[in-house]
Amino acid sequence: MTAHRTIHQWFRRRQLGTGLGLAVVFAVTAGAAALTQFDLAEGFAAFPKALGWMGANFVPDARAWANLPKILSRLGETVVVSVMAATTAALVSFVLAILGSKTTRFHPAATVVVRALASVGRNIPVVAWAMIFLLAFGQTFLTGFLALFIESLGFLTRSYLETIDEAASAPVEALRAAGTPWAPVAAHAVVPSVLPGLASWMLFMLETNIRSATLVGLLTGTGIGFLFDLYYKSLNYPSAALTTLAIVVVVLILEAVSGFLRKVIL
Amino acid sequence: MSHLLEIHNLSKDYRGVPALVDVSLSVKKGEFVAVIGRSGAGKSTLLRCINRMVEPSSGRVEFEGRDVLALGRRNLRAMRTRVGMIFQHYNLVPRLTVAENVLHGRLGFKSTWAGLLGLYSESEKRRAWDLLVQLGLEAQVHQRCDLLSGGQKQRVGIARALIQDPRLILCDEPIASLDPGSAKVIMDHLRRIADESGITILINLHQVDVAVQYADRIVGIRAGRVEYDGSPKKLNKKTVSHIYGSDSDDLLVGALEE
Repeated sequence: MTAHRTIHQWFRRRQLGTGLGLAVVFAVTAGAAALTQFDLAEGFAAFPKALGWMGANFVPDARAWANLPKILSRLGETVVVSVMAATTAALVSFVLAILGSKTTRFHPAATVVVRALASVGRNIPVVAWAMIFLLAFGQTFLTGFLALFIESLGFLTRSYLETIDEAASAPVEALRAAGTPWAPVAAHAVVPSVLPGLASWMLFMLETNIRSATLVGLLTGTGIGFLFDLYYKSLNYPSAALTTLAIVVVVLILEAVSGFLRKVIL
Repeated sequence: MSHLLEIHNLSKDYRGVPALVDVSLSVKKGEFVAVIGRSGAGKSTLLRCINRMVEPSSGRVEFEGRDVLALGRRNLRAMRTRVGMIFQHYNLVPRLTVAENVLHGRLGFKSTWAGLLGLYSESEKRRAWDLLVQLGLEAQVHQRCDLLSGGQKQRVGIARALIQDPRLILCDEPIASLDPGSAKVIMDHLRRIADESGITILINLHQVDVAVQYADRIVGIRAGRVEYDGSPKKLNKKTVSHIYGSDSDDLLVGALEE
């Protein structure tokens, strides 16, 4: 057998693998649809109908526009809570990540504890956190803030740990080899190497928080989520539509701003 | 002449896989010693066992007459301030300026608070400037390090090691990522440092021809063992072939005797 035959066979095997993978995906989809008695074709066919309903009912009218100041003020509350949760979590995560990073090697026990904390915060969904704090603090801003804060803390700590391990290990090695104590190594090798990366993750968290905050507000009866729920349940669809539109616009503006900030710091 | 560095029966294994086996080596003050060998032969591990960036499994390392492996944390840091280190990938902080990176070499001499705040004395700053002039980087002093070429970055690395006023500089493949021109500049600087300031240089090198050209002494390592230790003049083709494995006819050993 000539050498190129083995290459040929390798590609054949890979094509076969890809085909099999696709077949598995289709089989799983079909199986899940059968299990839930969901008709995929019917689901897709419902789209035009849904759009038609939205076109007819989910359009802001004059009465809805009169509610705009109220909507904007509630939206402002949501944005403030989201920003507060993201920035506070960023600060705490930063300290935790520096203590827990394998690169800075503060203490092996710190690494285990920080990773465990991050995992708990991240793997319990924000809605579950909101329900838990709802029982403790009732329908207040604190509940929403804490839910977003814990979620952000888990996610950011994890991202920060990875950013530090990735970006700072080389200069950390150099400074340790020169006899530098732990704290100055963190201040002069870790912090300047990772700061833009950390800021970028914080901006991402901020965008995510605004979206989650709407959902959390639904549960905690605060912010824009509460208002949306109110309009929706009182069948005031035009106002609910305007609320949705306002959220979309704010999220888009925020994405544009954070995109710009990212360009400036990186 | 007394020995600056003495290594006795040093061994290191990583989870049972031997990286260094029974290495003994004595280095005199002011010597320029090149360690050659294939990738993975243990050159890097040997260098890092000297300042304990890697903990040896067994053996003895003596630096300036003190048992390095017995040092506690504080004394180990004090010992490390007397040993400079230069890396293949420079290991600078890319977003900081040349001057800041050079002054990092002084952080080991400071109290935690002075170090944390980066309080450098007037004389330290003057010394940084002088070193950068010496190394031809006066135009780049306030430039960020990620804007420098590879050769310039390595010169910053050299300045950072020199500002420690070290007795020994460990160089881990300092020219492996550089083009031949920049590599020559770096090697010339290292040779000059050894000649002018009497600083001992222990350098890992890939390139046999460079080692032969610059070093006073060559140590050949194969599979964690010292297979050659002597003058570059006595290094022959057969020994090089042995150090680098059997298929090494293509190695740049034209300068060597058969």
